[in-house]
Amino acid sequence: MKNNKILISGNEAIGEAAIQAGCTFYAGYPITPQNELTAYMALRMQQGNGTFIQAESEISAINMVYGASAAGVRAMTSSSSPGISLKQEGISYIAGARLPAVIVNIMRAGPGLGNIWPSQSDYFQATKGGGHGDYRLIVLAPSSVQEAFDITIKGFDLADKYRMPVMILGDGILGQMMEPLQFSVASSQSSEKEKLTTKPWALTGCKGRSPNIVKSFYMIEGDLEKSNLELQKQYKIVQAKEQLWEEFYLDDARLVLIAYGTMARIAKGAIKTLREKGIKAGLIRPITLWPFPQKVFSKLTKSTKKRDVLVIEMSYGQMIEDVKLALECKYNVEFLGRSGGGVSSEEDIIKKSLAIIKRKSE
Amino acid sequence: MNKIFFRPETLRDVPTHYCAGCGHGIAHRLVARAIDELGIREKVIGVAPVGCAVIAYNYWDFDCSEAAHGRALAVATAIKRVRKDNIVFTYQGDGDLTAIGTNETIHAANRGENLTVIFINNAIYGMTGGQMAPTTLVGQKTATTLKGRNPEFEGYPLKISEMLAQLNGVKYIERVSLHSPLEVIKAQAAVKLAFENQINGVGFSMVEILSPCPTYWGLSAKDALAWIKEVMVKEFPLGKIK
Repeated sequence: MKNNKILISGNEAIGEAAIQAGCTFYAGYPITPQNELTAYMALRMQQGNGTFIQAESEISAINMVYGASAAGVRAMTSSSSPGISLKQEGISYIAGARLPAVIVNIMRAGPGLGNIWPSQSDYFQATKGGGHGDYRLIVLAPSSVQEAFDITIKGFDLADKYRMPVMILGDGILGQMMEPLQFSVASSQSSEKEKLTTKPWALTGCKGRSPNIVKSFYMIEGDLEKSNLELQKQYKIVQAKEQLWEEFYLDDARLVLIAYGTMARIAKGAIKTLREKGIKAGLIRPITLWPFPQKVFSKLTKSTKKRDVLVIEMSYGQMIEDVKLALECKYNVEFLGRSGGGVSSEEDIIKKSLAIIKRKSE
Repeated sequence: MNKIFFRPETLRDVPTHYCAGCGHGIAHRLVARAIDELGIREKVIGVAPVGCAVIAYNYWDFDCSEAAHGRALAVATAIKRVRKDNIVFTYQGDGDLTAIGTNETIHAANRGENLTVIFINNAIYGMTGGQMAPTTLVGQKTATTLKGRNPEFEGYPLKISEMLAQLNGVKYIERVSLHSPLEVIKAQAAVKLAFENQINGVGFSMVEILSPCPTYWGLSAKDALAWIKEVMVKEFPLGKIK
């Protein structure tokens, strides 16, 4: 399939990426709007020598991923918002036991059962913890089918590199949308991949070595704190090295839009129209939601240029909190968002942008 | 002279944290000896529960994983599926296997996972301070059933072994007890068979072990054994269930 362009949905592209990345274990439980991904994994694992399990619950699925990862293979599960809530216990254990894993959340609207329409309202849950304890996930937010493919492959590498869970955070639009996909040759060089997938800590049977233990329980005074500090040290390295973002007409922007995932695509359309109207609008699109791309915001806070900032989300304002922290109160930060299945249109963004510019020039 | 009783090689020579008269020490030894006798130490991967036996891996000398409370059989399922040549078992208590993990238990069994399950039934939650378990007997006093388990409000002891025996995926279930040396010898044979089944690809095999918890039964170590013999086995009859 290499070098061929195919038309594929975001859900299936993530599944194919997992296969290309060498994922040999997938467990999942049906939930809309990510079912195509589960079905795709059933098909592809059957074609190869991988393992596919339709679990009895999302809780069981994430714990199967824990087990497969503990046994040393690349493992993935996927779900959508209510199912991801159920997985939080397992994600905390995976983080605590320092296991690599990839978890896909194709977000739908909540709270509760909500509905199956797209949403970005799990940002807090993904980036601030979700489960119990002081842990982090690397959260990757693709905005196209191609990027969903590429970043899922990268996600497996990051999970192994830092021995921590990685979440691919998409929304129902991205999961369902079909776009051309160029199959790129797999992620890392084979030598690097070999390094990443060599896991001397994995459970393989203790032949020729002392026993390995996969655990997150530290009862002796001071031991848990020591383990937690090691995690924190690792998180600092991730924050320093792994920030990703896209800039779009940012340098001369008078109005800086901030959006991620599907919302960023709509924002780009709005920016083109605004530019045609002579308004210097630009975009920062965070690709890593954790670590939050502080570096690009630091560029803004260091400049003396007058700017306004508009955060656009499919939520009632979650990422905006990180934007405000990153901007250190140096800019006026406005918000546009809908949740519950509604998505702000290009026209909504243009209208809001024009209102901000008008108010500022009065 | 033939030495017939000794510490198994895979049971580390360290003090355990268990209370005096607790059955976990014996049950750990039964697992270790079965593994030694079958010569599978280097292939074994154990899954420890949440409960009193959470640090069982400190006493066994082979690869182990913890699992979240109740999730041992989900974790073990995945380990076995990706490492078919390894011998994978879970060691779980009654709270873990029959309350919070009932779903994982039933479905791993129903899928017929080729796993070995060592199920410790002491009719109580030990680690958290003696609360009612699904297996607590009617009338048994616990921290949460002060006047004794009342079926009107708390239902009846859950017989998961009999329930699982109904499933096509389950190949072997036996209930044994630790209340006398003779019963321990029978328990040893059952534990060994449950591992042998996995080696031979037979399928899901579980041994339910009735095990004393003198601390939360409020009995001496000796009286706890007598209570199993005289009371507990009436609710949980011993022998091969499937």
